[in-house]
Amino acid sequence: MADDVLFEFLHMEMVSHIYKDQASRGEMEKDRATCVSTLEGMGFRVGQGLIERFTKDSPSFKDDLDVMKFICKDFWINVFRKQIDNLRTNHQGTYVLQDNKFALLTQFSNGKQYLEEAPKYLAYSCGLVRGALSNLGMDCVVTAEVSLMPSCESLLSSSSSSFIIYHHTTPNITDTTEMF
Amino acid sequence: MEHTQSRDACWHSRHHSKMAVCIAVIAKENYPLYIRSVPVQNELKFHYTVHTSLDVVEEKISAVGKAMADQRELYLGLLYPTEDYKVYGYVTNSKVKFVIVVDSSNTSLRDNEIRSMFRKLHNSFTDVMCNPFYNPGDTIQSKAFDSMVSAMMVQAS
Repeated sequence: MADDVLFEFLHMEMVSHIYKDQASRGEMEKDRATCVSTLEGMGFRVGQGLIERFTKDSPSFKDDLDVMKFICKDFWINVFRKQIDNLRTNHQGTYVLQDNKFALLTQFSNGKQYLEEAPKYLAYSCGLVRGALSNLGMDCVVTAEVSLMPSCESLLSSSSSSFIIYHHTTPNITDTTEMF
Repeated sequence: MEHTQSRDACWHSRHHSKMAVCIAVIAKENYPLYIRSVPVQNELKFHYTVHTSLDVVEEKISAVGKAMADQRELYLGLLYPTEDYKVYGYVTNSKVKFVIVVDSSNTSLRDNEIRSMFRKLHNSFTDVMCNPFYNPGDTIQSKAFDSMVSAMMVQAS
């Protein structure tokens, strides 16, 4: 379906636009952090609006785990057309969402060549999740990790991304950008 | 819009039953995002009514949390009746509350009509939320939202 790919292209262009914008103003050093927080901020606002629309008809959530399951299934399907492959939690506010074939990274080549560039392409999605959760009443820190595995077998999917969500019962104001 | 007096009377008696006297949208931090009441002179009284209804809303929300799973509805029903008014509540998944106040004398207003009013409010609110020019947490200043609310409120006489 052609429409799926539209957002992927838009997203790639968004990332490159933000970085080009910063680069043209000189001072390469602190650019990385501002670009990432700009993208994250965009994702945040979109996440807030999206979650309002997606939860319009669903009953209220029982607890945090219920919210996370919603994110892993319905939300992920609506945004990335697939479910989260693995959800782990320590039951103390940390959740790890694992996506073995993250939709916005499928265009990258297999292997470790572009591993350093991957965080740029995850910032928006981290913001998306953070915005969605914040509107549902969970203030969290969302970070992402990528470990691109070399495709030693031809049938193996190449990229595995984990989204790590720290949810503390007391609001924790941490800058997510320092994680990248 | 001004109607003539004679048209007014019959129009009111036919349509009065489907209308609210006050509609409010409250943010999850419990401050009003939108509040409209008719007639405008009694605005302060309605602000107070909505404010006191928030306590009942909080009670109902926490009660649902301990109750069985199948009672997790967004519609909260009648919050409390005063001698002049009946106050209904609804809470979204994003903890935004809608409050509708209707005249007590409106016995013809049925539960499912109130539910559909809340449905319309929720749909319009979602549209406002998705508007890129709207900053979550600001007061709602959308014309579309205003006209949807006007359609649900008693006309000013």
